[in-house]
Amino acid sequence: MKTPFLKAVLSIVRKDVQIELRSRELVSSMGLFALLSILIFSFALELDRSARQEAISGVLWVTVVFASILGLNRSLAMERDQGNLDAMLLAPIDRVAIFFGKLAGNLVFALVVGLLLLPIMTILYNQNLLQPWLLVVLLLGTFGFATVGTLLAMMTVQTRARESLLPIVMMPVALPVLLAAVRASTNILTETPIADWIAWPQILVVVDIIYLVACYLLFEYVIEE
Amino acid sequence: MTAVQDASALPTQQAETGSRPRLLVALTIITPLAVLVGLYMALFNARTDIDQGDVQRIFYIHMPAFIGAFVALGGTVIGGIQYLRTRQVKWDTLALAGVEVGIALALVNLVTGMVWARPIWNTWWTWDPRLTSEAIMVLTYAAYIMLRQGIENPEQRRRFAAVYGILAFITVIITLVITRIRPDTIHPVVIGPSVQTDMAQGAFEVAATSGVRTALMVNMPVWAVLVPITLMWYRIRLENFNQHIQALKMKALS
Repeated sequence: MKTPFLKAVLSIVRKDVQIELRSRELVSSMGLFALLSILIFSFALELDRSARQEAISGVLWVTVVFASILGLNRSLAMERDQGNLDAMLLAPIDRVAIFFGKLAGNLVFALVVGLLLLPIMTILYNQNLLQPWLLVVLLLGTFGFATVGTLLAMMTVQTRARESLLPIVMMPVALPVLLAAVRASTNILTETPIADWIAWPQILVVVDIIYLVACYLLFEYVIEE
Repeated sequence: MTAVQDASALPTQQAETGSRPRLLVALTIITPLAVLVGLYMALFNARTDIDQGDVQRIFYIHMPAFIGAFVALGGTVIGGIQYLRTRQVKWDTLALAGVEVGIALALVNLVTGMVWARPIWNTWWTWDPRLTSEAIMVLTYAAYIMLRQGIENPEQRRRFAAVYGILAFITVIITLVITRIRPDTIHPVVIGPSVQTDMAQGAFEVAATSGVRTALMVNMPVWAVLVPITLMWYRIRLENFNQHIQALKMKALS
């Protein structure tokens, strides 16, 4: 008797969220990293008023990507180290449910960090980032990172180099997402008319769908043992 | 790829010895000759471009080399998909050969581009979308090789490499189409439709100078088909010998 697909996905997400609520390990390390990175960027780039407007979306996205990588590594290494991956593979569930479960968990954590970043950056950089369109782009962008990231992190945690390999493998593949997300956010923040940049969120949706389908098809080859 | 053998059967089966298949011998002779003919067409037969002068001749190698990289990396995708379906080692060998030849031809493309850009754009390198995306494409395949080296278990290594080889092809497609979707590139689009050409620096008309079309028609199949296939074939043979030696070693040890 197979557990229904949706139920399996939801129970994996619930497990991840419950672990996180008790340990607060992922979000706290990702959040602290993100905060530090914002501060370092503001010193390193010596941002003045006009440079800030141009650079802020780059700072936001680079921080989100690296924080996601940090979280992805921990989230999947945890499954493997504590033997839960084997348990999930043995369980009578659709294997793709594992992918969607982990993807949803990783997406939630990355989104929480992203949503924390927006008000903090609004204060520190004196730029209003709390705009509805930026939230849409943040959702689409983190979704793209979480999709490729979940697939690739599942691979890299099984290798010898582990943590050090994920950024190398993931950054180039996630580049289309980063490119479209940065373009869209820069235009939103510089208050360009919507007709000039609406193509970027649309490209982001297309890229997200392509990645979701590709990762969905490839995931079962990554976990067979 | 008829020369590919199933390495799982290697310890008992007689692996290919020194003698090459006849087609490979033919390719070994034809490909260098074809490259020379292509160079002749590019350097002597085509007339000099009126705007750019002799520098423009680099284009005859530059673009065909990218198409060659595209073919080789396409071989990686085919090898990856086929490996995941059939689990035969030969498909993984094809994928590996595709990546290495693809990187080499992409580097030819990058280096020729830089030599051309120095007089035309007055800089070796600029962070143009097309240049950046191609640099990232090369780095992606470098990551492919790092990923392979990071995995001990051969079966797992082949499986993960197949998955990553398929995913990495997205960067190749982006490099191919980016000059058509990003209007702010300065990279010229010589062949096919383009969104905007007034930003592009250094475009030329194929039809304007005599001999240009011929030189392109000769060099395209040479670099896009003959060079990648010959190199990949040799790379596959090398890998087969390698696996044969490994198998013999294991046999001797046990």
